[in-house]
Amino acid sequence: MPWRDRVRRVLIAGGGPAGLYCGLLLKKANPALDITIVERNPAGATYGWGVVFSDRTLAEFREADYPTYREITDRFVVWDAIDILYGGERRRCGGHVIAGIARRALLDILQQACDARGVRLRFQTEIAGPADWEGVADLVIAADGVNSVIRRAYARVFQPSLREGKAKYIWLGTRRVLGAFTFIFRETPFGLFQVHAYPYDGATSTFIVECAEETWRRAGLDVADEATSLAFCESLFAEELGGQRLMSNNSKWINFATVKNNAWRHGNVVLLGDAAHTAHFSIGSGTKLAMEDAIALTRACEQYPDLEQALAMYQMERKPAVEAFQEAARASRTDFENMRRYTGLPPGQFACHLLTRSGRISYDDLRLRDPLFVDGLDRELAAAVGTGRAAGGAADRSGASDATGPSGQRAAGEPAPPPSRLEVAPPPAFLPFVLRGLRLENRIIRRARPVFAARDGLIGGEELARLAALATSGAGVVMTAPVAVSADGRITPGDPGMYRDDHAAAWAAVVRAVRGRSTARIAITLNHAGRRGAARPRAEGLDRPLRDGWPLLGPSPLPYAPGHPVPRAMGRTDMDRARDDFVRAARQAHDAGVDALHLHCGHGYLLGSFLSPLANRRTDEYGGRLQNRMRFPLEVLDAVRAAWADRPLTVALNATDWERRGIDVEEAAEMARVLKTHGCDAVEVLAGQTTPDSRPAYGRGFLTPYGDVIRNEARVATMVGGHLTRTGEMHILIAAGRADLCITEPVLSEDVERATDPPFSLSLLRLRSH
Amino acid sequence: MRVGIGLPTAISAVPGSLVVEWARRAEEGPFSSLGVVDRIACDSYDPLVALAAAAAVTRRVLLCTMVVIAPLRNTVLLAREAASLDALSGGRLVLGVAVGARQVDYDATGADFRERGARLSGQLAALRAAWEDERIGPRPAQAGGPRLLVGGTGNDVFGRVARYADGYVMGGGPPRLFARMADKARAAWADHGRPGRPLLWAQAYFALGDDAVDAGMRYMRDYYAFTGPYAERIAAGLLTTPQAVRQFVQGYAEAGCDELVLLPAVAHLDQVERLADAVA
Repeated sequence: MPWRDRVRRVLIAGGGPAGLYCGLLLKKANPALDITIVERNPAGATYGWGVVFSDRTLAEFREADYPTYREITDRFVVWDAIDILYGGERRRCGGHVIAGIARRALLDILQQACDARGVRLRFQTEIAGPADWEGVADLVIAADGVNSVIRRAYARVFQPSLREGKAKYIWLGTRRVLGAFTFIFRETPFGLFQVHAYPYDGATSTFIVECAEETWRRAGLDVADEATSLAFCESLFAEELGGQRLMSNNSKWINFATVKNNAWRHGNVVLLGDAAHTAHFSIGSGTKLAMEDAIALTRACEQYPDLEQALAMYQMERKPAVEAFQEAARASRTDFENMRRYTGLPPGQFACHLLTRSGRISYDDLRLRDPLFVDGLDRELAAAVGTGRAAGGAADRSGASDATGPSGQRAAGEPAPPPSRLEVAPPPAFLPFVLRGLRLENRIIRRARPVFAARDGLIGGEELARLAALATSGAGVVMTAPVAVSADGRITPGDPGMYRDDHAAAWAAVVRAVRGRSTARIAITLNHAGRRGAARPRAEGLDRPLRDGWPLLGPSPLPYAPGHPVPRAMGRTDMDRARDDFVRAARQAHDAGVDALHLHCGHGYLLGSFLSPLANRRTDEYGGRLQNRMRFPLEVLDAVRAAWADRPLTVALNATDWERRGIDVEEAAEMARVLKTHGCDAVEVLAGQTTPDSRPAYGRGFLTPYGDVIRNEARVATMVGGHLTRTGEMHILIAAGRADLCITEPVLSEDVERATDPPFSLSLLRLRSH
Repeated sequence: MRVGIGLPTAISAVPGSLVVEWARRAEEGPFSSLGVVDRIACDSYDPLVALAAAAAVTRRVLLCTMVVIAPLRNTVLLAREAASLDALSGGRLVLGVAVGARQVDYDATGADFRERGARLSGQLAALRAAWEDERIGPRPAQAGGPRLLVGGTGNDVFGRVARYADGYVMGGGPPRLFARMADKARAAWADHGRPGRPLLWAQAYFALGDDAVDAGMRYMRDYYAFTGPYAERIAAGLLTTPQAVRQFVQGYAEAGCDELVLLPAVAHLDQVERLADAVA
């Protein structure tokens, strides 16, 4: 091939798995190449203990080079279970095929294979500056690791970024031979310690200890020498180590550095392995990614005649794949850094949360891998319903009302009921849930889509029929789209309302119709549109002001968008009136027989605009710091709570404005905590729309990560939507303690819509069948 | 799902008479729409002018831009052209808009490449307003103006679809990718409390027949040369056999696409018949 004519000499900096494997594969593809691998360390030296590969990675090795694949797999320890040691219990989940090998053994195999093929290996040779590589080879491969010298030399081209994680970790080994990939979580007076450990040959295991930096300091490890650190960890994990020592290999407590590069190539220089990217060890992929790089680079060189193009194709192939992995690694790292958030979860949910942290394993995957694990989890969750344990999860620990049943209000110290003898259990989303004494048949809330067909707030027979039809959707709760608490609180003139007697009568008819059809509960969403009011119906878009609208209200005289009507900054009278409107609507809903009340405090409507600094610029006691911004919404909540008596009351809240200087998830968690103390039974997690400039990221389950944080940080029951359309998605959310209730919108019937509903008004358009 | 065909307006040195004849033949069926792309710094026809010519020789097919690079244009003039075309064609215009991918087109018109996203958002709101502005004629034939689609794949795109438009149009890719993008559009739509569901349109390139494949591949490599190494991969997606077309169409139909417009990579009139045979 033409590239062979131009590329004769190849210099590989770095004799780790990436460099060696790349040298081997290139030489195999083109024996005429003159390949030199330069390594700083002596031949036998190594850092790190074992490395792991998944079965899928092994299959790629088999394709790429069969002899080394055979040798590698001969030396492997293969296991398929993950053990999670937490809260005094061991949970094992099988079906995750993982293979471990000593890093030293892997290097030996690759070095010998390189030798045999005639790849030149030079040890104890330093690559220090451009003179060492410029002009000495036609292709320079920078496989010189996290601190790559070559990458640094062309930093302006590669634009590397190095970001350090928050946790401290140390990479150790032990003669204790573990039977599975093992996660250990250990509470200490200093804080939480966690271990990632796995066997890699018949005699040794990798043992990584990790903790928060404050914990590390409190334990005195910041000033401890190596021996003291080892002794500390040995005594902490004496039981799991079974009397075996921990071994150091020049090991130090460090922060994990994530390396990314904007470009991976520059002229004839290309980055490979850790020099190009790193991914947090909790998903065990560093060596895997490095060796996959070698395979991809070799393939690109074989496929494309031009070196420049080959390197471009290599980058194009690998960069997105690696970045997707880094994203999963980032999510995993963040989970480990915030593990304290989840230590309130019962062991089964905790294990499930851990196993599904990357978002890559679904409920169905988990069931396929280990049906017994999932059956056990289902039973555990089902048994917890009504006991005040587990299924309500983290929310229960704080002891407030919520989540798992009338007995959820059990006084602390009261003995737990006897363990359940459940032998079969429905999957998690089909479990009942008790919301302030109200039993829901399952965890699924079916929300109606808005239709904007009401007249002066009065819904018609068609809308009634639509809502009634949802009663038979199978969901435990039917929830309305926003219903206005006053005429000027409507988003559009077509919004349904709850502010006149005939409105209440119409909603009572809806309640009767739902009751007549199923046991589904009915929840009404009460809203005041605030500065998003007086807009046109949304058939052609959002927030299009009416030509002759009504005066708008808001925390500050800021229009929703440029050119929109300016709202009046609310004075005391306005606030009292709006609060009273909510209260009257709540009373009417009560009289209409509505089961649950949902208070809209998100998406930039009136109450949401008070909460967000983007819309609230007040300087009085209703603006500024969070406590002030929450003041008016809390006044409304308190008044509504009093009027609504002891019935379920939930709140919709923005977990993020998706905008700079807007609400972020930490602040939202604080809000959720406060709302709970004011009698809010569950929080719906929303995002964006506080202004038209929010920068959203949509996709399946886009609200899930926010809901997870709010639920487990604030220990409050959560309702999460965000385009959940499959029951499997909902099961895993409940099972992993990421949400308590799932909100679904009509996409479930999408296939029906697709078949019957001509999406376009021009009915003359038909595909002619020839 | 319905299938449309593109006009050969962005292929170099295509005579105007051929574009018009192409439209006439497409009207014979089985296609439901005629699509055009938009380039400035390139030997190509203006999309709205080309569709106006097509409107004059057709009565049935929809006329759609896949897409117009709106930030290159004055918003009111674009709105007026679109309204005129909609009125002249009896309400057949579907206006797809996006920011486009090529900086050369921005340089050629003096538009600001970096501000393109924000500008498009503003234009989307202004287009509707202009169609309703009594002072600016003509009235579009469709109530509320031509259907608006937004194209692109970035995160911001789906917020724009839900906030301002009637649907989403994807610029190319395998059915799996379309399914993912369609999911994002649906997610955004529901999140914004829009009634119903978004229209979902897409496009792909074809060159059918042994005599057309090479020229088609050359066109693709050339048209997408600005993407560097990606061009080869995009070219590899060219549909060159009836079987490939049928499978592709089926994949998109299953992913929930409403209308797939197949754009020509070769400007020979027999391509219209070949595609008609393939999708019939």
